[in-house]
Order: sequence, then C-alpha cells, then structure tokens
Amino acid sequence: MTRFYNWLLPHPLLTLLLAVVWTLLQNDVSAGMVVFGVILGIIIPRMTSIWWPDLPKGFHIGKMFSYCLIVMWDILVANIQVAWIVLSVPNAKLKPAWIAVPLKLRQPEAITLLAGTITLTPGTVSCDLSNEGHSLLVHVLHTDDPDAVLEDIKTRYERRLEEIFV
Amino acid sequence: MSFEIIGTYAVALLLLIGAGFVIVGVIGLLKFNDPMTRLHAPTKVGTVGIGALLLASMLYSFVQGEGSLHEMLIMAFLFVTAPISAHFIAKVSIHMRTCETPPAPPQDTTWSTLDVAEEDREIAPQEQG
Repeated sequence: MTRFYNWLLPHPLLTLLLAVVWTLLQNDVSAGMVVFGVILGIIIPRMTSIWWPDLPKGFHIGKMFSYCLIVMWDILVANIQVAWIVLSVPNAKLKPAWIAVPLKLRQPEAITLLAGTITLTPGTVSCDLSNEGHSLLVHVLHTDDPDAVLEDIKTRYERRLEEIFV
Repeated sequence: MSFEIIGTYAVALLLLIGAGFVIVGVIGLLKFNDPMTRLHAPTKVGTVGIGALLLASMLYSFVQGEGSLHEMLIMAFLFVTAPISAHFIAKVSIHMRTCETPPAPPQDTTWSTLDVAEEDREIAPQEQG
C-alpha cells in the first residue's frame, strides 16, 4: 500500500500546490475545479517524476512558514535600503563585493531555496555555484564589511534551511 | 460608504508606493555603470514595486465587491522566476568576463561557469587584462 502511495504521489506537496494554483487560476472555488486541480496534481508529478527522482527526506512545513515570513520582512527592509543606496550613493563611492559562501546544505532543493532567498533580499544576488555544488557565489551591491554579510547569510538563512530540510 | 472611501485611499497609497519603487528601480538601472551592480536595481526594487501594484489591484477588486486572487499567483510566479533570470544574467556576465573575476570558492576547485571543458577552451572568452 505504501509503495502504491509512493508511486501515485511522488511529491505530495507538489500535488497540493498544483491543485491550489489551478483553483486560483480559475478564480472560483467550486467542487469541479478542485477535483480537476487534484487530478492535474496527480498526473503532472507522476509524469515528471523521472526528472525529479529524489524525494526530499524530511520537510518541516511549520518552520517553512516562519521562514517565509522572515524572508518577506527582509525583502521589505531590503527594498528600502537598496532604494536609499540607489538614490544617495554616487557610483564612485559604491563598494560592490564578491562573497563566496561555503555551503553546509547538500540537498538541491535547499540550495535552490537559499539562492532564491539571497537574490530576493537586500542588495545581494546569487551568481554561481562551484563546479561540484558546495559553494555559492554572491554579489553584494554595497558593503563595508563583506564578512558580516557572509555571517548574516549563514546564520539567518542557511541555519534555518538546515532545520527545514533534515 | 466610509469603507469604500478608505479602500480608495488605500488603493491610491499602494499605487503611489509601487510606482515609487518602480521608478527607483529604473533610476538604478540607468545610473549604475557596471553590469553586476546594474542587476541589483530591477531584481530588488521591482519585487516590492510590482507587489504593491498587485496588492492595490487586489484591494480594489475586493472594495468593488468582486474578490480576485489572480494577483497572488502573479506575485508567486514573479518571486519564483526573478531569481532565476538574475542568476542567468550574472552567469553570462561572468562567462563574458565583463565583471571582476570572482574569488576562488572555499570548497571545490572553481566556479561552474568558469569550468570550461578542455576541448572548448579555444572558443571560450579569454581573461581581459
């Protein structure tokens, strides 16, 4: 039974997400649309599971939720900081820097989330992975202390992601 | 009645905030003079700018009495796709050597964009200066 369940739903969360997205796309919550969304949510992960074979082992939804809230708050603060830098710092005084982040995370899903978070938050863009995927290259728009930014990324985001993906 | 008035003012305020952030993003795009720093302005300021505009649209349709949740999806897709396009633009500028060479990674041997196969070295862009 468990094997059948695993075969039918290779990614249960993806199924749920697809059903919700489909219902939102229709902009109307009715039984028919929800059922059709669930059908799509079963067929699509089943058909594409060849390209996403490894199921993330553990995944804490509660911690993911609080992580999303923290990131959203950071995005807001970040935007105001970046807007201020854009308007007030002249080009000659701008101090862009590269930061190489050694990764403790190993799961591709977790690294993708970390890279996405870094790009969405204050003045940092994740630019490249090392050839075996154990380091992340980050570009900072304006900083006096690159080490502080590195420390911030590691304690604020990576540590939390380690707790989400166990 | 007063509900509609408050709603209208909130929508106007959100539109102003959104437009403000978008214009800052455009200014940044025009002002910075290096591809890597230029990348920062639209990816950051764009998210809250467009987010506020979409929130205004959502609020407006709720005030009008016909709820709309399409905007949530637009925002979600935007947040998922913006980092990917930024990542690729950054990879291109590393590949074309139009920015400073990044420092060596602390783990592993080199960055994946600079990791060109032996037989392709001749056609790869060469280090400048």
